[in-house]
Amino acid sequence: MKRVVITGAGTINSLGHDVPATLEAMREGRCGIGPLEFRDVERLQIRIGGQVRGYEPEARFNRQQLSLYDRFTQFTLIAAREAIAQSGLEFSGELAARAGVILGNSGGGMTTLDENYRSVYEEGKNRVHPFVVPKLMNNAAASHVSMEFNLKGPSFTVSTACASSNHAMAQAFQMVHGGVTPAMVTGGSESMLCFGGVKAWEGLRVMSKDACRPFSANRNGMVQGEGAGVFVFEELEHAKKRGAEILAEVIGYAMTSDAADIVMPSKQGASRAIAGAMRDARVNPEDVGYINAHGTGTAANDKVESAAVADVFGAHADKLMISSTKSMHGHLIGGTGAVELLACIMAVRDGVIAPTIGYEEPDPECALDIVPNVARDCAVDVALSNAFSFGGLNAVIALRGV
Amino acid sequence: MSDIQNRVIAIIAEQAVLEPADITMSSTLEDLGIDSLGLVESIFAIEEEFDINVPFNANDPQESDFDISTVASIVAGIGNLVKEQS
Repeated sequence: MKRVVITGAGTINSLGHDVPATLEAMREGRCGIGPLEFRDVERLQIRIGGQVRGYEPEARFNRQQLSLYDRFTQFTLIAAREAIAQSGLEFSGELAARAGVILGNSGGGMTTLDENYRSVYEEGKNRVHPFVVPKLMNNAAASHVSMEFNLKGPSFTVSTACASSNHAMAQAFQMVHGGVTPAMVTGGSESMLCFGGVKAWEGLRVMSKDACRPFSANRNGMVQGEGAGVFVFEELEHAKKRGAEILAEVIGYAMTSDAADIVMPSKQGASRAIAGAMRDARVNPEDVGYINAHGTGTAANDKVESAAVADVFGAHADKLMISSTKSMHGHLIGGTGAVELLACIMAVRDGVIAPTIGYEEPDPECALDIVPNVARDCAVDVALSNAFSFGGLNAVIALRGV
Repeated sequence: MSDIQNRVIAIIAEQAVLEPADITMSSTLEDLGIDSLGLVESIFAIEEEFDINVPFNANDPQESDFDISTVASIVAGIGNLVKEQS
């Protein structure tokens, strides 16, 4: 089996418009969550989110492109451009024929859907723009990445709600690991911060009106974010041969299903995924120094996730660090695992552990070292990234420093 | 008629990323670099501009009741539709 490394990373999210800006914000414990700005926001009860600010689509894309790119596709392309540029790979010939792109996404072109529903239902129009379908389809982002970078191998979109990106990256890892292709582009994106998107989440009554405070006793729900994270996964020898900079090694993953409840998380499902990822990566619990938690800031997730980690790691659970960067960038739903993998890369490469900000009160049911409020310098060998979705579909990815 | 012609040419020019002066009545959409997506987008823009329905089926443009072979045929077709549907 081939060893798989990450040779490129890209992002745009509420913390920054690229990887350096995002990692700097994570190191400084900055919060990207603020008042939402879009049409009809005053009709929402939930008015905060991790929105990408200071973003001008016209500066990145021409008019023809914008007529075809929903916001989630725009974010994906921006992140993919950064990741592929960093990797230095050019996709042509045999490499282009084998390399593909696998991305996580949950809502598709929610903004496009929202705008066009508004136009036909609210404004009574009977004609919509011809590109509504190609704009809103969930695979639009993956398809546009394949077209812009000439990726002609296996490409598709994975949709497993909040675990979409981790499931996508696990697939991409497996393809490089198994020798199907020397390189894959992978990650995920989401952009649901529009009236209909937030209104739907509001209905579930799991959203916070003031802040995302994972693991804190006074936490009161999740806060949505938006953006994208994209990576280049490459076979180790292929990367070494061309002298590429290696950001981290992907050493394993596991996927499990709770087979229990459509919204409530399960401790068994989560712990089986965490233990499975360590088994796949052939690491012992003591090797794991950092976990990027799913850590949504809901009462149920944080309690169940803490219990799962305590079960899997035993006494080592008190020694490892676990933080939820959702406290800073919000919950990117289908794109969240991709942005959170950046915190794992920072941990194993730079020895900097991103904090859980907004932490105010200890919760005895979440009694782990959650790196409260301030980032920490600490060398870490192995990091895990947890993602547990609505519908009980879990995926955990393991990284090692190089 | 010339008002319709100017408005149709403006839409086609925008789609082709050209100046209206560069569009002649004998130009075909292919000459102007407008592909199938560009064509449906132009038809949408024309429908919006004139508030008409254009009987165009992208599955089989030749079989549609709407001749798109040149700018002149499009302008003539729009002229008829505007008359019929107003």
